[in-house]
Amino acid sequence: MKRDILDRLLAAKAAAIPAALVTDLNSGLQTLVYEDAVHGGFGLEPDLLDEVRRRIRQDRSGLLVDPQDEDGFRLFVHVHNPAMRLLIVGAVHIAQALAPVAALTGYDVTVIDPRGAFATEARFPGVKLNHLWPDEALAELKPDVRTAVVTLTHDPKLDDPALIAALRSPAFYVGALGSKRTHALRLDRLRDEGLSEAEVKRIRGPVGLSIGAVTPAEIAISIMGQITCVRRGENHPC
Amino acid sequence: MNDTLMADNIVEQAAAWRAAGRRVALATVVATWGSSPRPVGSQMAVDDRGSMAGSVSGGCIEGAVAHEATKTMEDGESRLLSFGITNEMAWEVGLACGGQVQVYVEAVE
Repeated sequence: MKRDILDRLLAAKAAAIPAALVTDLNSGLQTLVYEDAVHGGFGLEPDLLDEVRRRIRQDRSGLLVDPQDEDGFRLFVHVHNPAMRLLIVGAVHIAQALAPVAALTGYDVTVIDPRGAFATEARFPGVKLNHLWPDEALAELKPDVRTAVVTLTHDPKLDDPALIAALRSPAFYVGALGSKRTHALRLDRLRDEGLSEAEVKRIRGPVGLSIGAVTPAEIAISIMGQITCVRRGENHPC
Repeated sequence: MNDTLMADNIVEQAAAWRAAGRRVALATVVATWGSSPRPVGSQMAVDDRGSMAGSVSGGCIEGAVAHEATKTMEDGESRLLSFGITNEMAWEVGLACGGQVQVYVEAVE
């Protein structure tokens, strides 16, 4: 890998800019493809460029067959997308366990809680904290298809606005802590707020995989397991 | 927490070793068939002191890849390695993981 390509790739990753490193496996030449630019050792035909950008959006690395090339596999597309995000609403005890578990899983974690006594650096060392009200925080953080949102406060004043914002976003996972009874009451409130049945059904509640979790760390594992299952486990019940 | 556990920062590790003046090779899984333990795009960086970061399998072929990486550090040539049961070049060490995997090894300049 040439120094110039390495530096540009590192810069893109540091700036959270989606990019794909395309390697010609025969010559070793490499080209970086961004959503709006190309830089590197060889050019790509427009249809191949479109395909590489499709792979970036699908987050799918792999070999690329060039129909013009009878030797078959020739290009390797390595997608480097920004980290998946997890937005945790509620700087509670479970969040203190969930934040590091999610970070270890590769997620970029933000803990949202307007209550100053909860969202402190001492309780969440090294974790991004957001002290806005959850609906304002989500408006600012804009959950996308690579974002999971989990509410943990048990307080409808905080959880409900977050859930409404999350359900109206493309977030790939929306989970809410609370018992079956609490969750049923929550769904009633959200319906009263005008959310559709399809929207409220997106909520994973009670949150997490059913593994008999008791402690905050165990609950964190069940939540992260469910998020992983929704992301990866096409044929698994989550 | 071990940073190299946090998915997808092996290029950064390779760059850091290079910046420290070491020779570095980067190995990347470019294709898999069957039950390969690490997905396409998984990477391992190796330096000339034998340091390794990341992985390209469940531990079955890392030793062999590191050996080939040493050659790449010396001659600067990229290598495309194939591991698996049905491949003629099958490495005994590769069989325990099952599946087939192709690994591209390149020097970091």
